[in-house]
Amino acid sequence: MLPTAIIVFREVLEAALIVGIVMAASRGAIARGLWVSGGIAAGVVGACLVAVFAATIAEAASGMGQELFDAGVLFAAVGMLGWHNIWMSRHGRELAAQANRLGSDVRSGSRPLWALSFAVALAVLREGSEVVLFLYGIALGGNDGPAAMGAGGLIGLVLGVAAGVAIYWGLVSIPMRLLFIVTSWLVLLLAAGLASQGAAFLLQADLLPALGSNVWDTSFVLSDQSLVGRVLHTLIGYTAQPAGIQLVFYAVTLLTIGGLMRLVAASERPAGAKGRSAVSPAE
Amino acid sequence: MRSLLLSLPVLLVTAAPVLADDPVVRISIKDHQFEPAEVAVPAGIKVRLLVKNERQVNAEFESNSLHREKIVNPGSEVMVFVGPLDPGSYDIFDDFNRETRGRIIVK
Repeated sequence: MLPTAIIVFREVLEAALIVGIVMAASRGAIARGLWVSGGIAAGVVGACLVAVFAATIAEAASGMGQELFDAGVLFAAVGMLGWHNIWMSRHGRELAAQANRLGSDVRSGSRPLWALSFAVALAVLREGSEVVLFLYGIALGGNDGPAAMGAGGLIGLVLGVAAGVAIYWGLVSIPMRLLFIVTSWLVLLLAAGLASQGAAFLLQADLLPALGSNVWDTSFVLSDQSLVGRVLHTLIGYTAQPAGIQLVFYAVTLLTIGGLMRLVAASERPAGAKGRSAVSPAE
Repeated sequence: MRSLLLSLPVLLVTAAPVLADDPVVRISIKDHQFEPAEVAVPAGIKVRLLVKNERQVNAEFESNSLHREKIVNPGSEVMVFVGPLDPGSYDIFDDFNRETRGRIIVK
């Protein structure tokens, strides 16, 4: 029961942290609960489908199907998180102003919550498919009986979800105007970490060179397998023994999304100020 | 940073793909152990690991130091290439059954 709980917890943890951050990042947006829970539901269905077709995926692309699939899921998630962050850096100020005027014409319908929802679905799909494969294996031939397996799985799930809830409550205790800045940074680092994981899969598929198989080794200080290492792995992409190509992808993602955020924020400022003063000087 | 980026396309073109005639090392996943638990591979070249899951449950062949993570369905075999590597000892384990641990010794 305990090994089952630990493995399920590890997989659920990553997805739960991402959901917690996304919920905090979308605080104040209309129907965000629906978007996020829809993303989770789609991810669960996707995870089951991936598990069912695991053998087909594995055999695709001359045996490198798993690597390409995982890399594709990770890079799609990076794109979604990046798109939302860039959009928010253009419209975030305006949304925050609207949120402060209670009962006003909040038009956050154009906010790309679908991008966050999709990112959540991809995270749940990736981690969930491993949980399903693992539990399916145990159900077929493991030593645990169904009751022990169910109990272990449930404990792991509850603990993982609790971690996601904890990060959410931690974040929403931050004042609203700071919350936007903090969650933007968190989403940015999250995206960079996912890109670095994606690079590792392309390296594994032999599509990218390693550029140094272990650029540094801090596993004696903080192992990837420890709880803290695992949490930091998800939040900021911490890897105790990174390959050079992972560092390249991390830096390029950080600079690209961060650069575009600055760029659109800067281009918004003069135009937005002009437009607003002409229409509603009362603000 | 910039020079690293500029050199990326060159490296992509010159990186040698895994070839069918690269050396092969076979590893089996048995109950709670790899067989063999330690495999020796030569330094500086690519090696193909053929990992066979001889159990009836799913396994995930994983290594932190080699950046490898691949699900191995029951009874099936996957190819995981490693290298070119520097001499040293690299950990491998089954992420779904942590008692199964082994090492790749690069000489």
